[in-house]
Amino acid sequence: MSLFDHSISELQQKLHNKEITVSDLVDTSYKRISEVDDKVKAFLTLNEEAARAQAKALEESGQAGEALFGLPAGIKDNIVTKGLRTTCGSQFLSNFNDPLYDATVIQKLNAAKSITVGKLNMDEFAMGSSNENSSYFTTRNPWNTEHVPGGSSGGSGAAVASGQVLFALGSDTGGSIRQPAAFCGVVGLKPTYGRVSRFGLVAFASSLDQIGPVTRTVEDNARVLEIISGHDKMDSTSANIDVPKYTESLTGDVKGLKIAVPKEYLGEGVTEEVRNAVLEALKKYEALGAEWEEVSLPHSKYAVATYYLLSSSEASANLARFDGVRYGVRSPEAKNMIEMFKLSRSQGFGEEVKRRIMLGTFALSSGYYDAYYKKAQKVRTLIKQDFDNVFEKYDIILGPTTPTPAFKVGEKIADPLTMYANDILTIPVNLAGVPGISIPCGFSSEGLPIGLQLIGKHFDEGTVYRAAHAFEQATDHHKKKPTLGGAN
Amino acid sequence: MAEISKEQVKHVANLARLAVTEEEVEKFSEQLGSIITFAEQLNELDTDNVEPTTHVLDLKNVMRKDESKQWLTQEEALKNAPDKKDGQFRVPSILE
Repeated sequence: MSLFDHSISELQQKLHNKEITVSDLVDTSYKRISEVDDKVKAFLTLNEEAARAQAKALEESGQAGEALFGLPAGIKDNIVTKGLRTTCGSQFLSNFNDPLYDATVIQKLNAAKSITVGKLNMDEFAMGSSNENSSYFTTRNPWNTEHVPGGSSGGSGAAVASGQVLFALGSDTGGSIRQPAAFCGVVGLKPTYGRVSRFGLVAFASSLDQIGPVTRTVEDNARVLEIISGHDKMDSTSANIDVPKYTESLTGDVKGLKIAVPKEYLGEGVTEEVRNAVLEALKKYEALGAEWEEVSLPHSKYAVATYYLLSSSEASANLARFDGVRYGVRSPEAKNMIEMFKLSRSQGFGEEVKRRIMLGTFALSSGYYDAYYKKAQKVRTLIKQDFDNVFEKYDIILGPTTPTPAFKVGEKIADPLTMYANDILTIPVNLAGVPGISIPCGFSSEGLPIGLQLIGKHFDEGTVYRAAHAFEQATDHHKKKPTLGGAN
Repeated sequence: MAEISKEQVKHVANLARLAVTEEEVEKFSEQLGSIITFAEQLNELDTDNVEPTTHVLDLKNVMRKDESKQWLTQEEALKNAPDKKDGQFRVPSILE
């Protein structure tokens, strides 16, 4: 039994009653990290000295109602943390040891008094679905370390699943929170586009990126989202819409909830075990009083191509900032300015990042822009309309998060298109800008977690959480933990 | 099958400010070709009367007052620079 088996509200109560101290919580994190992280490899950078000092300071100051007081968090390494190394999983930023400011989400976590335990591994610049594109090392799936944890927020999923932190932040451009949450058997939410400020999130694809929480339970997830959401004048794409108390929507009641199940989400490529787990979940929802019907999102099959054209195009522009002038690694061999750009980037970026910059630059280049980039933007409209049509009649769209459970390290890395196809069920959600969550809904015969995806209307995270929580409370999947040894 | 020639790969690499080896040119030519071929399935759809989506939210331009304020000091701005001199970023020569 670990302290991290308790919910945020239970831990807050224990702190309040002086049954535990903040140092106990921080100790729980670092003890667990020392027990298992040589196997899991979730952390790129630890913040131990500062975290322990902060724990002491919080103990002296006393709790004053801060929502995340004393709770240990892991942060994906593309979220900028002042004075704490931020690498984005890239060699290009291997020397970025002293970032100058905190991302808005970090400022909000600091104000809520959570403690940053360290920075979590990821596919380089968030480009990948397996963590194998990290230029440091590959994080492993805590349920079976021969398997990938998913990506790109693989470190976030693995750290929460293995009990190294109470919660983590990830980012999701095409499934990068939900897919690792599914593979690692935890809860991961991608909020509505615009719900959470991206100021200080190193940009990958600006029309798609969102930051979101990774937690063990739906309730904890809602609690963290309440803290990190909201308008930010430093991010003009953050929406000026009130942040509801998401925890208040966790009523356990889904009677009359209208669930749409897209036939495209249970079709080709989805394994029998995953399909069965989703059908079981639907039976559970029926028993809880919800209604479901099959629907169609007819343009789903075009989502992967649309996504790779758009996200790579945006990435090629966003990653132009890595020029070796102001921060990051500069090639020592460059004899002139252009050579400095070219050599620094070629030496600093890994293969997948270069491939996507090349694809994006091609799609945006003169003569190809209309055929590829603009075409993809138009298909994006059709994909978004599919969602709008379904949401006219239904409250929630339900399906698997991924077509298969976690695959093996090395299994898909050789062929980019095979890897990209893995995101087929999560990508449409980013293209439409709607919120989606992955929650555990069963296990494969090999003992690997299966994720259930629930998708809601724009800014209706409340209904997503309500539906997810009702299922979670009626099942035991979230109570199972990986057996890595030690006091997990 | 879309062909992305080696010449095109070199042209795009130059635009993207990436130095590529002959080996990479070969590999990118093949891989980009197959990704673009995959992407050409979008041509199955008639999108003549479809507006492109650049942004999913109905956001207008966000303006703020043009006022100067303290953000970073010169020292802070230079702190992570690979090379600097006399309070400025130092780079190799721009002109040959």
